[in-house]
Amino acid sequence: MSYLDLSSVSKTYGGKVQAVKDLNLSINTGEIVALLGSSGCGKTSTLRMIAGFEDVTAGEIRVNGTAIHQLPPARRGVAMAFEGYSLYPPLTIRENIAFAMKAERLDAAQVETRVKDIARLVELEDVLDRYPSSVSGGQQQRASLARALVRKADLHLLDEPMGQLEPQLRALLRGRVKHFIQERGLTAILVTHDQTEANALADKIAVMEDGELQQFDTPTALKDNPANLFTGTFIGEPPMNVFPAGMRRENRQVIFGLGDGVSLAYDEARFSPDLRDRLEKNRDQIAIGVRPHAVRLSEDGLPAEVLVNQWLGDQTHIAASFAGGSIVSVIHDRAKVQAGERVGVSVAPEDLHIFDGSTGTAISHGGQLA
Amino acid sequence: MHHHSPIERVLRGIALLIVVLFFMFPIFWILLMSLQTNETILRSPPSIVFEPTLSNYAAIIAGRLDSNVASMGIDFMSNLMNSVILSVGSVALALVLGVPAAYAFARHKFRGSEDIAFTLLSFRFAPPLLVLLPLTLYFQQIGLADTYFGLIWVYQLICLPLILWIVRGYFEDISPDVEHAYRIAGHSWFSTFRRISLPLAAPGIAAAALLAFIFAWNNFIFALVLASADKQPVTVGALAFVTASGIQYGQIAAAVVLSITPTLALALYAQRYLVEGLSLGAVKG
Repeated sequence: MSYLDLSSVSKTYGGKVQAVKDLNLSINTGEIVALLGSSGCGKTSTLRMIAGFEDVTAGEIRVNGTAIHQLPPARRGVAMAFEGYSLYPPLTIRENIAFAMKAERLDAAQVETRVKDIARLVELEDVLDRYPSSVSGGQQQRASLARALVRKADLHLLDEPMGQLEPQLRALLRGRVKHFIQERGLTAILVTHDQTEANALADKIAVMEDGELQQFDTPTALKDNPANLFTGTFIGEPPMNVFPAGMRRENRQVIFGLGDGVSLAYDEARFSPDLRDRLEKNRDQIAIGVRPHAVRLSEDGLPAEVLVNQWLGDQTHIAASFAGGSIVSVIHDRAKVQAGERVGVSVAPEDLHIFDGSTGTAISHGGQLA
Repeated sequence: MHHHSPIERVLRGIALLIVVLFFMFPIFWILLMSLQTNETILRSPPSIVFEPTLSNYAAIIAGRLDSNVASMGIDFMSNLMNSVILSVGSVALALVLGVPAAYAFARHKFRGSEDIAFTLLSFRFAPPLLVLLPLTLYFQQIGLADTYFGLIWVYQLICLPLILWIVRGYFEDISPDVEHAYRIAGHSWFSTFRRISLPLAAPGIAAAALLAFIFAWNNFIFALVLASADKQPVTVGALAFVTASGIQYGQIAAAVVLSITPTLALALYAQRYLVEGLSLGAVKG
């Protein structure tokens, strides 16, 4: 049985703005789940409803089968790291962290040990006796994270817990925090707009957009089997290339006509029979998606003209005009091609993501029905 | 600190001195007057060289007004006491009512909350005399006229909006998440209000209370209309110095010195709260 259940949860602000629409989500004990989405997608509203700082307009939130959405925050057994840090200014960092454990009624030595342990984890030992106003934003954020993690709670809610940290520290803390959470078997929900963070920390990711849950799956599944065009283009860096297309069958081949008379032709055996039937139904309304890593540049491919060649230090991003639009390819090495040069583009059938062109729903991934 | 040349520092000092003298002069002059007899005050041209006397203070504290014609009793010390009771009482009541209300207005947007808050502010718009005359009639009917409680109630017209609006701003400056962080650690909203919000807004509450106290202390018209002799504060009591045999400037000055002392002392004491109040904005929200 799942541990935290959100069933048909909706949030409407002022009777007009629908921040969260009919959200269903089940989280198991010991899972780390990321709510991922762009600003205003409803992820923070969802988190605050779980914490109890926002009323649930409709629906239910249950922990261990007990409805908690009517309870005051104090009785929900949740710990939270706030996006705005929200440290209490008159207390030192140490007191701020210790303060969170007050309800547990520990003796001073135990509190001290736990504060020290958590401070070591988030690299805050040096500033424990300073006041929030005299430490940097990144340190305040780590203090806020420490204050949430130090508590023994049923559920840990982390709202953008690492947004202000410098990249090296962020990478280090991701590993440590994940280890800390897993080691103690804690259940955590993380809100972020950074997919690297979500991928690194979370067991499962809930992708949200416009108040609606788009897909709830493991990071790998999100990447390999996006449920719709939104998740497909939202997950992955650089984003997936998408082309509107039509489909026809000729000479035992499946041919996708892209813009500008360019077409991708494949042996029909590469597509399962039921997929071929499904594609027939949608023949004029198809969107073809290809991950930049799967775009191969070769002599004998379809014609494209290089627009930009960007070397990022560890990989090259090449943007080329292709089929009436542009296509981005990632190469794990320096590439010599220059802007204006002609290159050939090819895509293997197993790398194709095919979506319904009108609804955006996924039809197939790699030749198999989605 | 910036580095300045000595000349610059001297000039700056002189400029500050002029400003201080300009603003403090009336108080300084009153202080001098309070130490003179009516004769030395009224001589022409005025001079700051005189033989100081404490007779004015003695007369006021003893409650006897001796003019060159006659001697009459005044009750200035009980006026002073009335001022203290009325001002402290109204500020206390306004704090008890206004601070929770300010918190509610700052944290909860309920239907009509802005209208109610504005209505409370609008008490300050009406000319007091307009409300006072009908109020007097009502107060006489329900037996509140000429009582401390009735006066303190009416003084809420001055104190409550002031405290409500100033303190509301301070509460709004505190990030709600600071309170949330405390609540989620297992505390009720009331203990959050008491342990987190109140201490954080304390400088603002002190500043608002001080202002309200000064306004209440300086009020004249409410007490003039609603209070009889034994409930009158100093502002109304000072009228007694205008006697048939002339205006007792020396005693008025001594009375003024006595009556501004509490507010002045309070303001000096609360200065650090006002400064803290200003730095509250530095808290990351």
